Amino acid sequence: MEERTPFWQDPKKRSLVYQGVTLAIVGGVGYYLFKNTQANLTRQNIASGFGFLSQEAGFDISESVIDYFSDESYGKALKVGFLNTLKVSVVGNVFAVLLGGLVGILSISSNWLVSRISRGYVEMVRNVPLLLQLFFWYTLFSEIFPSVRQAYNPMPGVFVSNRGVVIPAFEAHPVWTWVLLTILGTVVVIIPLIFSWGKKQKEEFGIERPTEWIMGAALILLPLIVWMIGGMPTKFEVPSLQGFNFKGGFTLSPEYISLLLGLVLYTGAFIAEIVRAGILSVNKGQWEASEALGLSGWRTLTLVIIPQALRVIIPPLTSQLLNLTKNSSLAVAIAYPDFVSVANTSLNQTGQAIEMVGLIMLVYLTFSLTTSFAMNWYNKKIKLTER
Amino acid sequence: MNLFKALCLVLLLISQAAYAGKTFDAIKKRGEIKCGVTTGIPGFSVPDSKGKWTGIDVDVCRAVAAAMFGNPEKVTFVPLSSQQRFTAIQSGEVDLLSRVTTHTLSRDTSLGLNFAPVTYYDGQAFMVRKSDGIKSAKDLNGATVCVQQGTTTELGLADYFRANRMKFKSVVYEANDEVAQAFVKKRCDAFTTDASGLAAERTRFKNPSQYIILPEVISKEPLAPAVRHGDDKWFDIVKWTVYALLEAEEMGMTSSNVDGFKKSKDPNIKRFLGVTKGNGKALGLSETWAYNIVKKVGNYSEIFEKNIGKKTSLKLERGLNALWKDGGIMYAPPLR
Repeated sequence: MEERTPFWQDPKKRSLVYQGVTLAIVGGVGYYLFKNTQANLTRQNIASGFGFLSQEAGFDISESVIDYFSDESYGKALKVGFLNTLKVSVVGNVFAVLLGGLVGILSISSNWLVSRISRGYVEMVRNVPLLLQLFFWYTLFSEIFPSVRQAYNPMPGVFVSNRGVVIPAFEAHPVWTWVLLTILGTVVVIIPLIFSWGKKQKEEFGIERPTEWIMGAALILLPLIVWMIGGMPTKFEVPSLQGFNFKGGFTLSPEYISLLLGLVLYTGAFIAEIVRAGILSVNKGQWEASEALGLSGWRTLTLVIIPQALRVIIPPLTSQLLNLTKNSSLAVAIAYPDFVSVANTSLNQTGQAIEMVGLIMLVYLTFSLTTSFAMNWYNKKIKLTER
Repeated sequence: MNLFKALCLVLLLISQAAYAGKTFDAIKKRGEIKCGVTTGIPGFSVPDSKGKWTGIDVDVCRAVAAAMFGNPEKVTFVPLSSQQRFTAIQSGEVDLLSRVTTHTLSRDTSLGLNFAPVTYYDGQAFMVRKSDGIKSAKDLNGATVCVQQGTTTELGLADYFRANRMKFKSVVYEANDEVAQAFVKKRCDAFTTDASGLAAERTRFKNPSQYIILPEVISKEPLAPAVRHGDDKWFDIVKWTVYALLEAEEMGMTSSNVDGFKKSKDPNIKRFLGVTKGNGKALGLSETWAYNIVKKVGNYSEIFEKNIGKKTSLKLERGLNALWKDGGIMYAPPLR
């Protein structure tokens, strides 16, 4: 007869017990904190719950992607803040990657001056706290540009003052929304389709298709067609000084510009280092082999080196993209109404600190998880495939 | 980082044991009061060149300390931004919030606060540049206005422009200094906060005479000290300390002449100074609590004139803040 091992001698069962105990402790502590908070709030008669989200906010927000007025709800105000965070972090990430990529490549250039300037930029920017840099750009903006009445007018219709940059814009028309959506759709759906079609053609039939040209054409022609179907609105709105401020046109606020500039330059420096490291990680033999095959410097870089370097670059790059998004919460220091800023105001007006801080954490978690999900997917796509 | 601080305060709120000792007992045991003040508004709460806190809000804290411990220096001042203040008082980080805070219904209820009597009746106003030729707040249609985050003035601003069907753009800063800086650098056309706050900030500008405060007062801003719900004994002490300051002024007692009143035959004065016992015991303090306040800090008028009165750079009139018998609305119930 087989002898039964007592469960404490069975590592499998034992580890199950350990995990159960740990879970119970974590759960118990969580439950205690939750109950305790509830009791505290009730004892002090502090309101709780998310009911306040539908109450009237009553405060103004200086810039917004969607229409917002102070008699709308806290929920709407937070949405405005959310979109403002999105506006600065998406645009910021795109520019930071472009800048970082460029500087990273330039810093291994054989041209002494170019590589020194790139290295100098990286070392200088990377070692100064971001908050200071934001203050620097914001102060610079208000110091070097004149007041709104003495605004510079570098081009007809463009005005630069310490209230921001005002440029002419197309007059509001529903077609513009559709054009924007078409551009977005082309980038997200059609270009990847063309890309994979081109790849398949090359791999299966050995035919090199001019995919770059097709992509470019799609990006220009499709929105153009939508615009033509929509009735070709061409009316321009030229800003003009009326009363206190410029009316009409599109305004880039000094807060947005300084925040974007600060974030892009700061994150760009880190990305440049990552790109440099990635390129240097590719074996020297690859360069030599490529040269031996007679490939030009540019083709060596784009066809041989970068595809291999990407495998090293992508994982740390992901954390830089996440950092930029999280760092955008420093916006509050220079009056840009990002999510944290609006949430702070709401927190203060309603006093519901726990709910608001919870929401802030939730929103940043969502941003971060979405970014890292997308980057992980991309990382999987470009990893070394052996045929 | 402020967000980090806010997070810590929230954690404090979460982790504080549900039935912790009452505020009063905790202060007694600690031997000093933790008082939340501003990060620096001249005349109300600001550290002087030697780092000693001065201002009307600061003196209210000192008066409470004098009432409790007989020593006005038994206070730790905790500078708080306008966003940190409520979480700080709710979580027990400070015992008393004496920080130009407007008494409103929602703060009194859903924030879980109790407001002591008003220490300064204020109202929201606008400051503009003289050179802009603005004479009235009604001329501000389309203006850009700088304002501090999380204040009642942020709401008052939106309400005023909405009520008058005017347009505006707000630029919202976290700290008062930044608001003032942005205004000076012409980022905005007008700067709004309580009228006293505008007068206070103007004293710090390079050329104060280039700025004017518009005549319209667009809201009521009664500034009052606040404590959190849950300890009525402590609330009573703060409340009656403020009343004692007013009562002393009404009786003509000042820090320099209060000793002479000890021999008075007036029963009101005898009760006030603790010669006739009773008030101190009712509050749970020593019988000389009110005497200590007047002797060591002064009466309301002394505090007012020393910090924000005509002889200071703020040059504020008593106005609504005069005693009821001098045409103001400051009034203390009987101390008996």
